[in-house]
Amino acid sequence: MRILLGLLASLFPITVLAAPEPTLFKLDNGMEIVVLEDHRAPVVVQMVWYRAGAADEMPGQSGVAHFLEHLMFKGTDNMAPGELSDTVAKNGGSDNAFTSWDQTVYFQRVAADRLELMMKMEADRMRHLKLTEDDVRTELQVILEERNQRTDNDPGALFQEQMSAAMYLNSPYGRPIIGWRHEMEALDRDKALAWYKTYYAPNNAILIVAGDVDPQNVYELAKTYYGVLEPTPGIESRETRVRPEEPPQLAERRVVMSDPRVSQPQITRSYLAPERDPGDQKMAAALTILAQVLGGNGATSVLGTKLMFPPDAPMVYAGAGYGGTSHDDTTFSIVAVPKPGVTMEAAEAAIDTVLTDFLAQGIDPAKFARIKMQLKAADIYADDDINGAARRYGSALTSGLSYDDIAAWPDILQAVTEDEVMAAAKLVLDRRQSVTGWLMPDGYAEAAQ
Amino acid sequence: MIRFILAAGLALASVPAHAEMNIVEVTSPGGLKAWLVEEHSIPFVAMELGFEGGTVLDAPGKRGVGNLMMATIEEGAGDMDAQGFAAAQEALAASFSFDIYGDSARVSAQFLTENRDQAVDLLRTALIETRFDQEAIDRVKGQVMSIIASDATDPGSIVNDAFNLATWGPDHPYGTNDNGTVDSITALTREDVIAAWKTVLVKDRMFIGVVGDITPAELGPMLDALLGSLPATGGTLPPQATYQLKPGVNVIDFTTPQSIALFGHQGIKLDDPDYFAGYVLNEAVGGGNFASRLMDEVREKRGLTYGIGTSLLPMDYGELILGQVASANDKMAETVQVIRDVWADVAANGLTQAQLDDTKTFLTGAYPLRFDGNSTIAGQLMGMQMNGFPIDYVKTRNQQIEAVTMDDIKRVALRLFRPEDLHFSIVGQPTGLN
Repeated sequence: MRILLGLLASLFPITVLAAPEPTLFKLDNGMEIVVLEDHRAPVVVQMVWYRAGAADEMPGQSGVAHFLEHLMFKGTDNMAPGELSDTVAKNGGSDNAFTSWDQTVYFQRVAADRLELMMKMEADRMRHLKLTEDDVRTELQVILEERNQRTDNDPGALFQEQMSAAMYLNSPYGRPIIGWRHEMEALDRDKALAWYKTYYAPNNAILIVAGDVDPQNVYELAKTYYGVLEPTPGIESRETRVRPEEPPQLAERRVVMSDPRVSQPQITRSYLAPERDPGDQKMAAALTILAQVLGGNGATSVLGTKLMFPPDAPMVYAGAGYGGTSHDDTTFSIVAVPKPGVTMEAAEAAIDTVLTDFLAQGIDPAKFARIKMQLKAADIYADDDINGAARRYGSALTSGLSYDDIAAWPDILQAVTEDEVMAAAKLVLDRRQSVTGWLMPDGYAEAAQ
Repeated sequence: MIRFILAAGLALASVPAHAEMNIVEVTSPGGLKAWLVEEHSIPFVAMELGFEGGTVLDAPGKRGVGNLMMATIEEGAGDMDAQGFAAAQEALAASFSFDIYGDSARVSAQFLTENRDQAVDLLRTALIETRFDQEAIDRVKGQVMSIIASDATDPGSIVNDAFNLATWGPDHPYGTNDNGTVDSITALTREDVIAAWKTVLVKDRMFIGVVGDITPAELGPMLDALLGSLPATGGTLPPQATYQLKPGVNVIDFTTPQSIALFGHQGIKLDDPDYFAGYVLNEAVGGGNFASRLMDEVREKRGLTYGIGTSLLPMDYGELILGQVASANDKMAETVQVIRDVWADVAANGLTQAQLDDTKTFLTGAYPLRFDGNSTIAGQLMGMQMNGFPIDYVKTRNQQIEAVTMDDIKRVALRLFRPEDLHFSIVGQPTGLN
């Protein structure tokens, strides 16, 4: 059985795949268009991905990218506040948006014959947002409640926030997407609009349309609605945006946190890890497979078989995770939940013993072959999920990867050798560039002695 | 994310699909019935098995046994231990999952055309030749205990347990947590687990949905090979639960900055002639999109929450209208008052014609969008059968939504929104509430 811990939401199984084949366009104003066809059902998804996320925020304004995302549902010159979502609902569709470190994304899912209306509204709010002080004041309360709900009410989320802050010495990935509370409280209309004016433009956006559509028709509609929008000079370079990068990390860090709302102690070890780089994805591919070898299915993974299965095993759960699609250096993480009575010291030592043995002994060839089989099958299963394909394109493109990189990724994964995985493991599993976190109930350290 | 996706939403809310979808009923040589949609464009099959009677079948004093049983199914079968089984599954790139809820147990499977026979045989060993090794049971018990421990200090879980207990009492399974308690889990034996296995996974309460790269002629023999050896019949289903929720506010003290509330009262049965009217009304009031009354009043106008929604829960042994909201401790009292006001207004005035029309347009337009991949559709085919719907339900469902009138809404509003019965279970430290 799979035990579900909040923080594992980001540690996903194998995600690979580029399929299906996209049709690509570019408008004169610089907006890119990706069309993915799936004619099994009369449904379409429109997504607009902006190359701007929380990691692009000015210091001191954490949360402004996400705040603006909320405010984008207020009015424009042509639409009343809430009208966009109301119109989507009246047409039987659903809409939402999300903000990440590297991108902000808006999407609607609706019957395929309503695409034009969706484009009209999405294009409108790209350049014509209108915000009243009242809208801004109320929505600020909403995002503070969102922070309450997602973070402050959840010690696991607070712990993760502290872990990330300790992980990155210089990269803005150390700041929470939703923002630090004291900086969120200082956000206002001017800051939100400044963000909007800087980044919301057709030449900083990618339109992805997936579903029961004809690519040429999508292009014509896009020309009509998005093609008329003025580009913002000077932001084309955001495809290669430069952010503060990590210096060499020379000293390991520790985060020790207690909270009375924690019942299950937990150990997380995060290592700084390279991400998928344009034209250079081999290391990220090896790390993707390493996460499966070490973590993946607990019944066959290195961590699971050593730490969960023997009769005297110290852990209830042990897993690993790596997400390679990001603009800058990312993390490779190991998470474990000790059994009752196992001290944090003993649990951490057990993890390190497993890792040391693994580096010495290498990969079980049978396990490696099975992972390759699953990667191959993932390509087939992925065809069943056009939304997932749209998200993978958007995420890769707004992380600085090219169409060629996306197309090459499945083959690069398939070509990874056992030696390359071990080389990646030796490079990344270096405690000098790691954070080890202990999350415990109040008084746990003493009680477990 | 602009909008929080509420975890609730059940039964009818997850029914299907697409008017043009060709659903056929297949009867196997051995007499097993399944609904099938052929989809040969991708070389894999998705299959959903549903077994009516989930954790409600837990024997008295054995709370948590159904959950422990389903969680141990994939921990060893035939000549394979847990690790051998997992390796075999990986080698075939098949995925199986085993879940249990109050009213049903579910088995989901996806497997490739290229190794379908082997994958189906592997799933057969899991369901029929399950080992239930003591070592595996003990390991899974440890995992369940870990979840129980986490839930004990999680405000969302605390409020769920409190609400369920207050609603259904300690004697019906609805009143307690599916996971069981530390004491009940500790006491469970291997024999208890095997008894639950023979009680839950049985043929006469099984419903099958299949979507993918397989023909009716291939499906029949496959089902017989896979499921033919399951027991024919199982344990006795429980009586109806007794609704016993008291109106008012129950605060459970917990130190955390934001209070979480569940609220509601008795709802409406799935086979009630006014169910569709109730469904439309609930969507308008608490359907979770921005057009809903509660979202507008509580979030958009006042900024009191990140998300609020209500659902109809027409369960097999009791029915609720249930809402969920979270607000900072110093704002929860105002949130409660706004909900009470909306409830009273809906009871008195129902909806305007425009609200009814908009809600219908949304519901009928959104219906085909649920046609969302092979596994989802397979689950819907299974769910429709379990709910006792006819095979042409997808073609008539929107007509039933369209047929709801203003009179229907007025009538059902009085039954479904009862301010005097409204109960709030709140976990946190809300100020200004007694």
